[in-house]
Amino acid sequence: MTGHRPASSKPPEKISLEVGSGGLLMRRLIDGQILPTFDNPYLHGLPDASHLPGGLAFTTDGFVVDPIFFPGGDIGTLAVNGTVNDLVVSGARPEFLSLALILEEGLPLGDLKKVLASIRSAARKAGVLIVTGDTKVVRRGQADKLYITTAGVGRVIGRPDIRKVRPGDKVILTGPLGEHSLAVMLARGEFGLAARVRSDCAPLNFLLPLWTRGVLWMRDVTRGGLATILSELAERLPWSVRIDEHTIPVSREVRGATELLGIDPLFLACEGRAVFVAPSKKAPAILELVRRHPQGRKAAVIGEVSRSAGGPGELILSTVAGGLRLLEPLTSEILPRIC
Amino acid sequence: MCLGIPAKIVCIDQDKQGEIDYLGTKVRTSFMLLDNPRVGDWVIVHAGFAISRLDEKEAQETLALLREIIEAEG
Amino acid sequence: MKQLRERKVIQGLLEAIRRRTSPLGRGTVRIMEVCGTHTMTIHRYGLKDLLAQAGVEMISGPGCPVCITPGAVHEAAIGLVTGREGLILATFGDMTRVPTRRGSLQTVIPAPGSMVKIVYSPQESLDLAAHHPDKEVVFFGAGFETTIPSIASALKQAGEAKRKNYSVLTALWLIPPPLKAILESGEVKVTGFLYPGHVSAIIGLEPYAFIPRDYGLPGAVAGFEPGDILLGIVNILGQLEKGRPEVGLEYSRVVAAAGNPLARRLMDEVLEIKDAVWRGLGLIPQSGLKPREHYAAWDAEVKFKLRIESEAGELPGCRCGEVLRGLISPPECRMYGKKCTPESPLGPCMVSFEGTCLVYHKYSQRQETGRTRAGTARKGSAS
Repeated sequence: MTGHRPASSKPPEKISLEVGSGGLLMRRLIDGQILPTFDNPYLHGLPDASHLPGGLAFTTDGFVVDPIFFPGGDIGTLAVNGTVNDLVVSGARPEFLSLALILEEGLPLGDLKKVLASIRSAARKAGVLIVTGDTKVVRRGQADKLYITTAGVGRVIGRPDIRKVRPGDKVILTGPLGEHSLAVMLARGEFGLAARVRSDCAPLNFLLPLWTRGVLWMRDVTRGGLATILSELAERLPWSVRIDEHTIPVSREVRGATELLGIDPLFLACEGRAVFVAPSKKAPAILELVRRHPQGRKAAVIGEVSRSAGGPGELILSTVAGGLRLLEPLTSEILPRIC
Repeated sequence: MCLGIPAKIVCIDQDKQGEIDYLGTKVRTSFMLLDNPRVGDWVIVHAGFAISRLDEKEAQETLALLREIIEAEG
Repeated sequence: MKQLRERKVIQGLLEAIRRRTSPLGRGTVRIMEVCGTHTMTIHRYGLKDLLAQAGVEMISGPGCPVCITPGAVHEAAIGLVTGREGLILATFGDMTRVPTRRGSLQTVIPAPGSMVKIVYSPQESLDLAAHHPDKEVVFFGAGFETTIPSIASALKQAGEAKRKNYSVLTALWLIPPPLKAILESGEVKVTGFLYPGHVSAIIGLEPYAFIPRDYGLPGAVAGFEPGDILLGIVNILGQLEKGRPEVGLEYSRVVAAAGNPLARRLMDEVLEIKDAVWRGLGLIPQSGLKPREHYAAWDAEVKFKLRIESEAGELPGCRCGEVLRGLISPPECRMYGKKCTPESPLGPCMVSFEGTCLVYHKYSQRQETGRTRAGTARKGSAS
């Protein structure tokens, strides 16, 4: 995540909830406090997974989603797929996972069993083995039911190379936005809203072949949403990135619920969608390949790297009305504890 | 917020509380600000309350006006 | 009504506007919109630039209820949740991020057993009180006439249920009085008004009648699709052409000329008019509402004996007031995009979902953002 803005204000004395949203405030914390403490070449660029000597890739993630069960998945499915996907989008085939559990005193054994079963099933689907782990129990009230940390190891099969990106190269999204966030929101039962939305939480292994077909850059669309993720891409380019509103897949249910709540789907986290850049000549073939897989049926070209839409480093949205507007990364949380 | 969404009433109870449907999402809504609300009516919902009805005839007239103006531009 | 969003339709309407502005021979037509959601739509669809090219300049007025609520009222809410144990402060999302001298509702640490809870409707806050009889629930509600009836309903229900653990900290504002204040001050040159769609669904057209009558200015009530706004502008230009200013109605499918009498009756039953201090505009007589005597037990200001000094509480350097009066546009404020950004806002206009400064920043045309991106400065090194 280079190309960051310098911290322009004094860091707050205490950690606020907003910092966890995955947007600019979180980046400030990372850039200001965490990175300088551990400065080493592997951390430069803050990749989703680090590529280590010997062709290995290594990543880690913590999961605090609330509630732990939601339509389409649970904290277990998330814990596996979140880490698997970080490996896939960094150019590595996921192989091994560690699993650390922090359990709150009083958690029903039945709930734990359900989550473990989800982990087993998700691991099987993603072709990974859980090879090491840890379990801790804390007093009632010192954790919220169950927190999970996973670390993942994979084998590098390709590398993102943003220096090869050129104007005209296509931005492709693998499926509709916002379903995970919405499913979790609705499962919290807070707003008197009911809708048939299931989390999109799923492994992205089906995108691995793209690394040998010329894909140049890939990220999974998690916290901060598409607009935040693509802002990070745009910032690293000497041109702008333009996306076209009418091409972005959003399901009817997500569109309805987000309009009702006054939320923009472009900032909602998914847990089974990726966005990537394909060279213009190879894009049609790559899109075709993605669409052949059931998880990629609704994949679409949503925009391109553009000399003319905006200035260097800018992410521009071409609206359905025909106007252009600047998209900026998420600053404050829309929803806490979405993953 | 002025944000008001056009939605269809799917159920009402005798206390004028019920649900609307918007693109497949159902929301608990109060209809106490409306006169004689009925299932199937289209209404504008804001902050959990239906504040006005959607008039089909007026909607058509707005669209007709729109067409007239656009056609005048060729 | 999806035609109201179609590219071809919007292009056609812009053409129609362009055709009508040039023969007027009066320079740019300046229209003030006074509804945060209109400001949002205009920017979200990139209409501001497109309209400017067609000869119409849009000016944002005081259309954001969160923005015009004085800092002191926000501080009173903060005082409740930090100073009292076992209190739930329920409010709409953007209220929690408004910065004050004491921080924001989002960043302060609540007293033991207390919390800030974001709700999407006043009804939810009432349900909270029912489900948590051991807690004191205070709903911090700011709004114009669109939202006021639902807040009135919550108060009425609390009264009927004799709910002891519920009250409302009100910041209720009426739209017509500040329009008069702005016109009286003569500070801003305005050719016409775009009136709010949903406020008008409640109050009808009559409250705006003084504007064409006493000031000779045209205006139209418009809906919220891009096509609605453009049709509203066509309506205004038609009035200018004919030299017959009136209160036009574009949003006829939702707004009746008489508004919603049932809603107004409910408001009148529960609330009474008061003089109010608006952030940026100062004291405007008869411009706010507060719970009637009968509902004093559910008026948080009375229940907790709050003393709110509305003139105080503004953050130094913040020019939100001038933005709200339409005197300056956000990029003209020196702080905009530099010291005052969405992640470290200096004032409410940069925080509220409908705040002019936030809307500008979120949906800005590139030339106006007034801040440099690291990528631009370094010509976007591809590392």
